[in-house]
Amino acid sequence: MSDTTQSGPVLAADGTPLKRSLARALRMQKIRALMLVAPLLLFVLITFILPIGDMLFRSVENQIVSDTLPRTVVALREWDANSGEAPDEAVYAALAEDLKIAAAAKLHTRVGSRLNYEKPGISSMFRKAGRKVKKWDVENGGPFKEQFIAIHEGWGDPDAWRTIQTYSPNFTNGYFLNAADLQKGAEGAEWRPEDEQIYWVLFKRTMFMSMVITISCIILAYPVAWILANLPARSANMLMILVLLPFWTSLLVRTSAWKVMLQQQGVINETLVWLGLVADESRLVMINNQFGTIVAMTHILLPFMILPMYSVMQTIQPTYLRAAKSLGATNWTAFWRVYFPQSVPGIGAGSILVFILSIGYYITPELVGGTKGVFISNRIAFHISSSLNWGLAAALGAILLAVVLVLYWAYDKIVGIDNVKLG
Amino acid sequence: MKLTKLSALVATTAMCAPMAMAQDMANEMTIVSWGGSYSASQKNAYHDPYTAKTGVKIINDESSAEAVAKIRAMNEAGNVTWDVVDVVASDAMRLCDEGLAEEIDHDAVLAAAPDGTSASEDFGNLIVSECFVPQIVYSTTFGYRTDLVGDTAPTSVCDIFDLEAYPGKRSLQKRPIDNMEWALYCDGVAKEDIYDVLGTAEGVAQGLAKLDTIKDQVVWWTAGAETPQLLADGEVVMGSTFNGRLFSAIAEQNQPIGMLWDMQSFDLDGWIIPAGLSPERKARALDYLNFATDTQRLADQAKYISYGPARASSAPLVGKHAELGIEMAPHMPTDPANATNVHTYDYEWWADNRDDLDAKFQAWLAK
Amino acid sequence: MADVSNGDAFVEFERVQKSYDGENLVVKDLNLSMPKGEFLTMLGPSGSGKTTCLMMLAGFETATHGDIRLGGTSINNIPPHKRGIGMVFQNYALFPHMTIAENLSFPLEVRKMGKSDREAKVMRALDMVEMGAFGGRRPAQLSGGQQQRIALARALVFEPELVLMDEPLGALDKQLREKMQFEITHLAHRLGITVVYVTHDQTEALTMSDRVAVFDDGRIQQLAPPDKLYEEPQNSFVAQFIGENNTLEGVVKEISNGVALVQLDDGGLIDAKPINVSKAGERTRVSIRPERVEYNKDRMPEGAHTLKAEVLEFIYMGDIFRTRLRVAGKDDFFVKTRNAPDQVRLKPGQEIEIGWLAEDCRALDA
Repeated sequence: MSDTTQSGPVLAADGTPLKRSLARALRMQKIRALMLVAPLLLFVLITFILPIGDMLFRSVENQIVSDTLPRTVVALREWDANSGEAPDEAVYAALAEDLKIAAAAKLHTRVGSRLNYEKPGISSMFRKAGRKVKKWDVENGGPFKEQFIAIHEGWGDPDAWRTIQTYSPNFTNGYFLNAADLQKGAEGAEWRPEDEQIYWVLFKRTMFMSMVITISCIILAYPVAWILANLPARSANMLMILVLLPFWTSLLVRTSAWKVMLQQQGVINETLVWLGLVADESRLVMINNQFGTIVAMTHILLPFMILPMYSVMQTIQPTYLRAAKSLGATNWTAFWRVYFPQSVPGIGAGSILVFILSIGYYITPELVGGTKGVFISNRIAFHISSSLNWGLAAALGAILLAVVLVLYWAYDKIVGIDNVKLG
Repeated sequence: MKLTKLSALVATTAMCAPMAMAQDMANEMTIVSWGGSYSASQKNAYHDPYTAKTGVKIINDESSAEAVAKIRAMNEAGNVTWDVVDVVASDAMRLCDEGLAEEIDHDAVLAAAPDGTSASEDFGNLIVSECFVPQIVYSTTFGYRTDLVGDTAPTSVCDIFDLEAYPGKRSLQKRPIDNMEWALYCDGVAKEDIYDVLGTAEGVAQGLAKLDTIKDQVVWWTAGAETPQLLADGEVVMGSTFNGRLFSAIAEQNQPIGMLWDMQSFDLDGWIIPAGLSPERKARALDYLNFATDTQRLADQAKYISYGPARASSAPLVGKHAELGIEMAPHMPTDPANATNVHTYDYEWWADNRDDLDAKFQAWLAK
Repeated sequence: MADVSNGDAFVEFERVQKSYDGENLVVKDLNLSMPKGEFLTMLGPSGSGKTTCLMMLAGFETATHGDIRLGGTSINNIPPHKRGIGMVFQNYALFPHMTIAENLSFPLEVRKMGKSDREAKVMRALDMVEMGAFGGRRPAQLSGGQQQRIALARALVFEPELVLMDEPLGALDKQLREKMQFEITHLAHRLGITVVYVTHDQTEALTMSDRVAVFDDGRIQQLAPPDKLYEEPQNSFVAQFIGENNTLEGVVKEISNGVALVQLDDGGLIDAKPINVSKAGERTRVSIRPERVEYNKDRMPEGAHTLKAEVLEFIYMGDIFRTRLRVAGKDDFFVKTRNAPDQVRLKPGQEIEIGWLAEDCRALDA
């Protein structure tokens, strides 16, 4: 009874506030729960969060220039890039000093490679200069300006110096500009020359083709999932094995099989020519273009659409359709007004899966995409493994990540993410 | 901090150097190469004899295609697991520029020729980077379907651009290197002026314009096996690939394919040692290189695959194919009959301009 | 088999058979005829064919043989959506993605009714089941009983003349079920609709229906009003299935004056009304309701045969007493007596004599 008369916080039997006492009682439970999820948490942190963080960091990181050429960067601050003239002797002397240390540590060529992404030719300027500067006496060997220009005439080019100056800060938006077909010009960001613009095209194409692939997957998967969900268990299991069969075959084998099917001397064309439907000299071009990519990727990603659809459709009781019909709806109306809306969560889940998987796909487009069927991910792979321009690859990846998040957000706004069911 | 570490390292290496003997070398090594028949030829010519001689266990890794990126990643992680890596010359330069490969003193590490010529002289100008030990000369060249080109077989690289005489699809590698040079050459640019022209915006436009004339008839490849397959399927009438691939399609699989050696593009493949190995592993890697790149071993490899040995002194020793028994010399890109008109590509120039030209090339492809 | 076939039959099954696998008949030769406005319940154990009959009537199953007529026309070839039959499903089958009002509006929309008409009808139907305030909710936000009312309202909103209900109260708790039983019957009578109701709950069948069809083994075992069904079961299945029942087995000794003398297997003699027996020597199973058994000598009819019984158990149940007896060697014989001031309370171990009116004891098939 005393509880009801007192004001202020409710107290437990021993006089401590009830809230605190409850929190203490729950603490052990919370710690135990945390311990249980800790391995997964750690796993996700190490294999997912950290790499993504590292990627985002790389897309803006640019410490290599100021780390390797600290004196030059400072000396270059005074120089006016728009003067049209190369910097004065002080900068070259600083460069000589920096390069001598860098060359001893074999770091000079790394800066060269880094800056070469921004301006072709800088790589060999650094490579050649490093080789010579190693033997110089940097204290008494000056003046250096002419000596540098003698090694490589690029050292006298104000444009090369502008590039060094532009990319001397520790962080840069240069990779992102590049990823958006922009570059740093004399007056801030400007479009790259038209013959170098490619990423916009690829981003748009990646989005468009992923959309087409997602839609074809929906169209092909829906009836299959419907049959699966409505068959008796034994036949459904059999059919399910057929659906999952592609998963058991290597991606390369499947893609190569499509080559055999679709190429001009391939199975489909041969059949069409044999049937007389297509003239021998006008065989259909179905591979090394967008069509080939869409066909092969739809096939590969189809199970990712069927499975969530199936698991959602399984939960839709057949009595709903009967109820609709008993209320006077035709087969079509019953399906469209009653069954279909309930299967939308499956379509949503499948679409998100397929769409996100396809915008990141690169093996299949690489093999069957030709020139018009490649995705942005092919460029990312190229910059990771071939050009070693990891900063640019990271920027492209970050943009792709942002696009996915935006789409996810939009989906949540339009359809509602709690409407997505994976099973 | 870094400097002290470095000098400490130098000091220890210096102290150990006079005592460097077999027992100070690692007795296991990972060698990275391209896989397939190429790795097999190396196993036969180098790995097995080396293991027989030293008892060192050699682990084969077939990751050369991604070697540059992987070495960089390993280097950043501070855990380099590879000892010797087979890469193309341009990748070797890139790795060297990035400080990811060890610089090698060729004369100190590699064996001299039997006649006493020093290693650096024997390899000559094939040593395109301080980090690179050349192994083979290969070429990117054309093969054509003998039964699909009519009565007159193509004899010039410019027949690639001749859609009237040789209608049908052709396959080219999906990169600007070689293709741009061939395009300019066939557009009338003299061989010695190609890189000067290509260095200008107009030159790039000119090369791409020439490629434009056949663009819709080109199947672009990324893996060396694609062209032989496309030729075998009759998907293309002619296409570029590595000469060894064409050799196996012709000699081993008896495909109706002919070689077009005109303006073949010489390239090099060889070894690098990743930077950052422990002294024992590095010593083992150098010892292996000394063994595997001597005059006789390089000639031995040619028994298994039709790539030319990189040493001048190895050429006379090239014999017959180990299984087919055919004389290998005429199938070498370096054979005088094949090398009447060759294109030697400029590594330095491409190292500078590759990224830029690649961007333009890709933009052109996407158009 | 009752044959009510006449001119104003509204729903008719004529010689209807149904087989799913081509080997076994689930429904064997069904004949049924019901007039307009009747509340008929199909009662039976699971697998007896009652739901199949309902589904054939609704159009979700086709009859393998025979004719089903609605208002005089055969509906065998009419698809379900054109039959105009309202239906309430076991799990209500309310469309989860629509609000209550949308659920009710659905049958009107597919009938191309105008918006204002629709709204008025939906409102009226909701008011009818006292759910007027719930139009904007989703089915998942309602309790089981509320969903039940909505399902009912949805089946009625388009004013069908025939409404089918497939165990609609099965998922409700006992109290709610009893309440809904009343509401459904009242509503049906008020609206004058014809109802075919399927259940396996005999209490439900007895309390709600005008007539009950007891199904077993694909046949109607008896079709009768509830009181007849209870008091005058036509065979031992019905007698067993409906209500509590004591059975004794024996042989007919003789039949005279509409009374059969039955000798039980242990030798005891009893009087019974012959239903499925026609001559002496036949085996029979006699059936007597627990509340018709008498052990108070004063109340026993004169000249009635009596049996010896031993009291095994006395159960006090408030309004009634249940007493378990051993009779004729069987120890599951029950007697039910009303709790009255003068009622005798028996004790276990007590030896008594029991008897009954001959017409309360029915000699049925063995």
